[in-house]
Amino acid sequence: MEDKAAVGIQDSGFREQMGLKLTLNKSSIRWGGLLACLLVLGITPAHAGVKIQSWQAQSGAKVLFVENHDLPMLDVSVQFDAGSRRDISKRLGRASLTASLMQLGAGGLSEEVIAKRLADVGAQMGASFEQDRAGYSLRTLSSAREREQALQILTTVLTAPDFPEAVVQREKARVIAALKEAATQPASIADKAFSKAIYGAHPYGLPPDGEVETVAKLTREDLLNFYKLRYAAASAVVAIMGDVTRAEAEAIAERLTTGLAAEVACEDIPAVEPLVQAYTERIAHPASQAHILIGAPGIKRGDKDYFALYLGNYVLGGGGFDSRILKEIRQKRGLAYSAYSYFAPLKQEGPFQIGLQTKKQDADTALKVAQETLVRFIQEGPSAAELKQAKNNIVLGFPLRIDSNAEILNYLGVIGFYDLPLTYLDDFPGKINQVTAREIQDAFKRRVHPDKLVTVIVGAPEK
Amino acid sequence: MANKLLKFLCMAWLGLPLASFAASEAQEKILPNGLKVIVKEDHRAPVVVSQVWYKAGSMDESNGTTGVAHVLEHMMFKGTQSVPSGDFSKRIAAAGGRENAFTNRDHTAYFQTLEKSKLELALKLEADRMRNLVLSDQEFTKEIEVVRNERRWRTDDKPHGLVYEQFMAVAFNAHPYRWPVIGWMNDLEQMTTQDARTWYQRWYAPNNAVLVVAGDVSADQVFKLAQKYFGPLKAKPLPLRKPQAEPAQDGTRRLTVKAPAKLPYLLMGWKAPVLRDAAKDTDPYALEMLAGVLSANAAARLPQSLVRDSRIAQDADAGYDNVQRGPGMFLIDATPSEGKSVAELEAAIRTELDKIKRDGVTEEELNRVKAQVIASKVYQRDSVFYQGMQIGEMETAGLGHRHIDTRLEKLKAVTAAAVQAAAKQYLVDEQLTVAVLDPQPLEGKKPVAPPKGLHHGG
Repeated sequence: MEDKAAVGIQDSGFREQMGLKLTLNKSSIRWGGLLACLLVLGITPAHAGVKIQSWQAQSGAKVLFVENHDLPMLDVSVQFDAGSRRDISKRLGRASLTASLMQLGAGGLSEEVIAKRLADVGAQMGASFEQDRAGYSLRTLSSAREREQALQILTTVLTAPDFPEAVVQREKARVIAALKEAATQPASIADKAFSKAIYGAHPYGLPPDGEVETVAKLTREDLLNFYKLRYAAASAVVAIMGDVTRAEAEAIAERLTTGLAAEVACEDIPAVEPLVQAYTERIAHPASQAHILIGAPGIKRGDKDYFALYLGNYVLGGGGFDSRILKEIRQKRGLAYSAYSYFAPLKQEGPFQIGLQTKKQDADTALKVAQETLVRFIQEGPSAAELKQAKNNIVLGFPLRIDSNAEILNYLGVIGFYDLPLTYLDDFPGKINQVTAREIQDAFKRRVHPDKLVTVIVGAPEK
Repeated sequence: MANKLLKFLCMAWLGLPLASFAASEAQEKILPNGLKVIVKEDHRAPVVVSQVWYKAGSMDESNGTTGVAHVLEHMMFKGTQSVPSGDFSKRIAAAGGRENAFTNRDHTAYFQTLEKSKLELALKLEADRMRNLVLSDQEFTKEIEVVRNERRWRTDDKPHGLVYEQFMAVAFNAHPYRWPVIGWMNDLEQMTTQDARTWYQRWYAPNNAVLVVAGDVSADQVFKLAQKYFGPLKAKPLPLRKPQAEPAQDGTRRLTVKAPAKLPYLLMGWKAPVLRDAAKDTDPYALEMLAGVLSANAAARLPQSLVRDSRIAQDADAGYDNVQRGPGMFLIDATPSEGKSVAELEAAIRTELDKIKRDGVTEEELNRVKAQVIASKVYQRDSVFYQGMQIGEMETAGLGHRHIDTRLEKLKAVTAAAVQAAAKQYLVDEQLTVAVLDPQPLEGKKPVAPPKGLHHGG
């Protein structure tokens, strides 16, 4: 459940192991660029029957709306082209800190008042931050008084963040402490080394929350400037799901975005360069397990190979116990608890990654099995039975992917931000059904090159 | 002024009924073999969740075979007399389903989420593995390796996981909550197929299980299907469950755990009551509201006072779960800011608790927590899976699913005086256990920069 590779793996006492079971929901969302992008990938397929309305607000913002009155609640998200890819090497961590601080003082309201006004009406607001996107989401009861108070706070946070100096200093210290802690933990070390190795100088390779040295130098001015440059109505995507009418949704979208700057700054981001040779990095760590990541830059959102790679990856390492990687690593050999592969499509080529954790002494064996499984899959493609199983799961399981307001809101954000067609959900099962084994094999051969992959092993035995 | 107004508005809203959106009541039926079937109809989406809960968790284990409840959970996917190993998962996946299972201290549960017309498949497969599991040495030998790797990943290499495990082992002397759900590594190394077999034969029976089905189904149809597939299974005599009551604690216990990390970590826990009678109990509700006042929102006392005002903590949270079979714990965990010690942090937490014991909590902050409780009742309905979870947890804790709403009503009725009294009565040093993470340096090598020629143009 908490496992990012929770692909049907039996789970032990997940609540227990989190240490503390909090009985009430909290209004903050944890940061997690990689995890967030996995979630986005995970919900990609869709369902016929979600009626999406879309329009452009007077402010210039793009709006996506699904009207549904089953529950007396409303979900809203507003996202901007302000993710970690907009960081620059001198000011790493600026994008992340800007997003997280917007709610900590806005429109003259202190962070405490903002938190109280939300909690007083039972509303939940949280920041989200990924490589491409950054923004806020809000869940509130739809009854007039609660909705009004919650939307008022969200509007203030989006359009009038203050970045109070004292809060900037405190939060910088918290981020720096968290970065130092992350630098001791094998999973974080592996993620950071992997991104850096596959992307080089491209912003996708930068640590999303920055480095200790760069965060220490950030100023209130830096955050304010970044906010003014990137949080503009022209790049805003407003997603609205739930118990309001079209007219109410139109008014909400205007209200949330009218106070934003109109135009977004135009800054080119370099192209993602493909890898030209294999590269292996072994990092020592005293942990009992080695964390192994293998991969390369993968595909963009809207890529013509997307459906073939998505379906093929179900067979390779995305389909849990149906996948070859989990069968070879776990079912046949007991080498790991979790083993997976995924493509995480982004504005530019998002990562393709194979990952597993195994007992230190088994690291080389597990790595070899993973590599051989990938090579064999690219050579053979999926069998007829594997292809059928993958299609059945994705197509028949379609209604599960949009059975809650939370999931639909997530979709609206992805479709809006990545300019996917409004029929994307309705089209999905058909597109999956059309893919052939030959197309999968062909797409993998062209897009994944086993002789040019990055391999990161944290906690490997010393050589 | 503004705050007073908010308080008034909030109070007015508390009394507002949500009648027009009222959810349907769950329906229940007990089959002649003792299987309790509970159906929660929810027709928002054409989806159904099926969950089989066994009242057997790590608290039913014995020393020497800790972790066997969870190992058996893994083995439940390894084949029956008619469904070969791995086929359970394969058939559910082929029907478009998602499935998984989890083991806790109090229970083990297996679940599938499917398009609504596929429910029968899940019930047929679950009924089959309730009785006909095949436990082969060959499958066991491989799967126990997976579980050992799970333990390394989940606990051994996670500093906070290690602290929690050691904390529980010190806080409890006799009660089985003292060992981890995943089991001690040595027990996992010594475990045999026969241990798993004994566990399965002892606890896996219709009269020790609850079937919860939630989603776009009709209760009558579910009862018929349950009878068809689970009905033929015979009830078994269940072993006597002894209480293993924890002896009274009479002084603070302290422990330190060393692990590779940068930041220290503090975990404090006080023995506390849990719900035994959801309608009559009062203290567990007061403690739940106390946890809420301490950390249920960003303006609550711990984040406000320790993280923002004094900046002594990087993070600080309170947690308390009163729906469980075993004894309860009121927990506070926190990470000191850089340059602050755990001793300073503990002193600051004690100061916050003393304030509540001395001055109580305000109506305003109590109402804020109640507003969240009430809203969460609506939000929870966005997830059919969660609705099933709530039912299963209340049932396996012996409280009964009919009391899900009772809990909310009782929480809404908690007074500021009751919260203060609960803090005074339960958050006392005699009942306290304190665990500290003493972070150790890695002595690892610094990562090197990737070579220049790795990328085109790089």
